Amino acid sequence: MSQVTEYSEKVMDHFMNPRNVGEIEDAAGVGTVGNAKCGDIMRIYLDIDENHVIKDAKFKTFGCGAAVATSSMATELVIGKTVEEALKVTNKAVMEALDGLPAVKVHCSLLAEEAIHAALWDYAQKNNITIEGLKPPVTDIDETEEFYEMEEE
Amino acid sequence: MENIYLDNAATTKVAPEVFDEMKDYFSLEYANPSSAYKFAGQISAKVEEARAVIAKMIGAKTREIYFTGGGSESDNWAIKGVADALRAKGNHIITTKIEHHAVLHTCEYLEKNGFEVTYIDVDEEGFVKPEVFEAAIRPETILASVMFANNEIGTIEPIAELGRIAHEHGVVFHTDAVQAFGHENIDVNEMNIDLMSASGHKLHGPKGVGFLYVRNGIKITNLIHGGAQERGRRAGTTNAAGIIGLGKAAELAQQNMEANRKYESELRDKLIERVLAEIPYAVLNGPRTQRLSNNANFCFRFIEGESLLILLDMKGICASSGSACTSGSLDPSHVLLAIGRPHEIAHGSLRLTLSAETTEEEINYTVDTLKQIVERLRSMSPLYEDFVKNNK
Repeated sequence: MSQVTEYSEKVMDHFMNPRNVGEIEDAAGVGTVGNAKCGDIMRIYLDIDENHVIKDAKFKTFGCGAAVATSSMATELVIGKTVEEALKVTNKAVMEALDGLPAVKVHCSLLAEEAIHAALWDYAQKNNITIEGLKPPVTDIDETEEFYEMEEE
Repeated sequence: MENIYLDNAATTKVAPEVFDEMKDYFSLEYANPSSAYKFAGQISAKVEEARAVIAKMIGAKTREIYFTGGGSESDNWAIKGVADALRAKGNHIITTKIEHHAVLHTCEYLEKNGFEVTYIDVDEEGFVKPEVFEAAIRPETILASVMFANNEIGTIEPIAELGRIAHEHGVVFHTDAVQAFGHENIDVNEMNIDLMSASGHKLHGPKGVGFLYVRNGIKITNLIHGGAQERGRRAGTTNAAGIIGLGKAAELAQQNMEANRKYESELRDKLIERVLAEIPYAVLNGPRTQRLSNNANFCFRFIEGESLLILLDMKGICASSGSACTSGSLDPSHVLLAIGRPHEIAHGSLRLTLSAETTEEEINYTVDTLKQIVERLRSMSPLYEDFVKNNK
């Protein structure tokens, strides 16, 4: 299976030229989801103003081409939206915006949705507010520090 | 650079001499080699010539070479065929955790059919320890299958010694030599090999053809029932063009083996040395010596293999990875896990396999490109971000 021929042009564009890569210092909300064991970790940073509007979003992703492309698209889709509107950006919306994903990569779009939710949850916690419909995120990162230490000896 | 092909463990280019040898056997010399007339006889003679070349190369008798449809077929036949034939004697099989799926999945199939299989561990460089192998042998062990050289990390196993141990215990010994045949010297007698699988397309021969060596006297059930081809054991019209191509490829591989090994291993060592010196947080998978001359395999921490492959592809470099995304499963390479790489590090693996046509210029371009790509992916990686913050 060739990755390059399986991906849509939009997925390839967002992988080759990802939008909004980076970090936001003192971000209003940061969410990290995924599991290095399975090969995907996404971190999304949100800058949110006093009217609950997302002014900026950045991401960092460890993962395959689809993981990078869905992170990139998810940040594009939430910028300019209120937190309530951002909560309604589903994995399906991310997939549609990318002209689809190969079946084995659908989980990447779920992860992107989850990353947005995790960042919104962090924002809600920090500001002690409730965003209707928002559930606590599942974060599960395995660092395997032991191996790192072993390798550096 | 247009197309830098560094995936010769996946398949190789058919050598022009091989293609030349084959091309008449499609539209000109198309007779069925089993037919009685002269038109068929000369084709049948060429097929037997190929069998003789291969037999001589591994120290076998010509009648011990059976042509098949490739490496996976040979592995399937060897394991299922011996298990079936020796079922009354015992139901235990030994293999390793780093075999090709053609062996592993065949063993899993046999487990569902009343056999017990021990998958032995390897060390951190991928070597099977003879004492671990011997300890796994039971009175009911009938067959052991250990690959000659690993397809992912290039480790060359101590086959002669493992074969000797197997024979001391009356166990039939099979080796999957798909990556080694035509690349390493193999003598089935000196190395105590009873059955050996090989494939044409790993040594600049055609795809869809291979062979199984079966030592005279080894009990094995027939693979395909039908005509009398391959002494009735593997029926089906003889793939004359493929076999003739495989024979030519084997002949060339034998002629050039020492020169190719020297050339490839020197280039491979340059590649390994540059990558380890110039790319931080990179580790070599597999040993430095006792390794296939054309194989290099690395893990780059904090990045994922599929992303790496796509970006290399965009720069014209064909390579492969053991990441889950490239295998179509959730787990990264079973070989990298077996040598103790944690999942997230195994996801960031890259295999580069050379041929005698690979140039130093190509290797230098590849390392230069790889440095940039690894840096770029790390700049996007939350794992790298955390690592840098935690180590400030």
